[in-house]
Amino acid sequence: MVTEKKTYRVLIAKPGLDGHDRGAKVIVRALRDAGFEVIYTGIRQTPEMIAEAALQEDVDAVGLSLLSGAHMTLFPQVAGLLKKKGMKGVLLFGGGIIPDEDVPALKKKGVHQVFGPGTPLSSIVGYLQENLPRARGK
Amino acid sequence: MRAGSKASAAALAQGVRAGDKRSLARALSLLIDEAPDADILIQKFFSDSGRAQKIGLSGPPGTGKSTLCGRLIAHFRGLGLRVGVLAVDPTSPLTGGAFLGDRLRVQEHVSDPGVFMRSLGSRGMVGGVSQTIFGAIHALEAAGFSKIIVETVGTGQDEVTIAKVADTVAYVTTPQLGDEIQAMKAGVMEIGDVFVVNKADLGGKDKAVSDLRSALALGRGPEKKPWEPPVVAVSAATGEGVPELGKILEDHWRHLMGSGEGRARRSAQHKEELSLYISRRLYRKALDRITDEDLERMLDHRSDPVAVARRILKPVRG
Ligand SMILES: Nc1nc2c(ncn2[C@@H]2O[C@H](COP(=O)(O)OP(=O)(O)OP(=O)(O)O)[C@@H](O)[C@H]2O)c(=O)[nH]1
Ligand SMILES: [Mg+2]
Repeated sequence: MVTEKKTYRVLIAKPGLDGHDRGAKVIVRALRDAGFEVIYTGIRQTPEMIAEAALQEDVDAVGLSLLSGAHMTLFPQVAGLLKKKGMKGVLLFGGGIIPDEDVPALKKKGVHQVFGPGTPLSSIVGYLQENLPRARGK
Repeated sequence: MRAGSKASAAALAQGVRAGDKRSLARALSLLIDEAPDADILIQKFFSDSGRAQKIGLSGPPGTGKSTLCGRLIAHFRGLGLRVGVLAVDPTSPLTGGAFLGDRLRVQEHVSDPGVFMRSLGSRGMVGGVSQTIFGAIHALEAAGFSKIIVETVGTGQDEVTIAKVADTVAYVTTPQLGDEIQAMKAGVMEIGDVFVVNKADLGGKDKAVSDLRSALALGRGPEKKPWEPPVVAVSAATGEGVPELGKILEDHWRHLMGSGEGRARRSAQHKEELSLYISRRLYRKALDRITDEDLERMLDHRSDPVAVARRILKPVRG
């Protein structure tokens, strides 16, 4: 019997103006090694560019990485645009320097999960492995 | 076939034809994942097959194919043409994962309504293109893109497969590859319809161009062919040489249309698509027939690989 398991696709993007993407690239590599197809958009992406790339690539999840502190505006904008483009099943998660007290507000605005600095890569991988089959039950 | 499925696939196909990008993105996923509805989509889209020029961008890793792709998009958009891009990167055979990094260099065009790009993992296909690439191309053609760029990383033998997919193959090298250009395998020399020496801004382009030209001349027979692959130096970084490359691509397309060669190539593409489709189907169906009992019998030496395989292969039908 051949059972081919679905290959999940994840977009990793860096919104905002900060130009360091070492952290994002580490996540990209970890996800690839965990068996995901990972698309990386590069730095300085507007929410519109991120949402449109997510649409064209038809990804299952979008991960945003941000160090500049604009997460309270940029993350919800991406969430809103994904919804507007009809991508409701997409799991949106974020990481970077995000204070704990911002997390509930972000979750309310459509960010499914938030990873603080120093989160082990294995927890991000584990989070996607656990949640993707549920989010995209098709 | 599920009843609702046919209707929803038809609706999706209609969305693709109407230019809805979300429909196109979903249709591409069904085709690439070989979902049950993929067959319906292929049948709906196939009537548009052959409308677009499929341009293969192949060459060794890091020669600037994606950056050049961004330049070609801008060039074609300047002519008012709509451009679809399929960028294939290798899937790790161990994990099934892949880093699809080509979008990085094309992302500036993401919000242009006349451009659509999809990144694909090669997913176990030897030859650098994924087996479902033909279906993806049909979808882009049905969506009305008139130039379709297919980027593949060429590592050794792989370049050959792009020639069975594309109408025009642009093989991208750089002066920095130096001796590698001269040592380029005969197979590569044969598949290129145009040879691009990229990164001309870094110097050494003249030597690289003349090396390539002499290598091509060496492989040439006595009779003159209707199309001799030109060599062009470009810089994807600065844009130098891109209009010349654009003109060569257009000339080749006209050559294909104006001679029997275009039809011959499309016929070869259809044959390749059929061969992939059939071998995938038969292979899966056959593997599904292996039973635990077969394996038990082999373990006990009551049967052998040849006998089991013969039994399995005998009744396989589409
Ligand atoms: N100097 C110079 N650098 C270039 C040029 N074109 C591309 N590059 C650089 O070469 C590197 C690789 O470029 P890509 O466009 O990603 O090359 P690629 O062939 O698509 O790479 P793979 O898809 O990984 O095989 C990047 O750092 C580019 O900035 C050029 O014309 N001149
Ligand atoms: Mg590339």
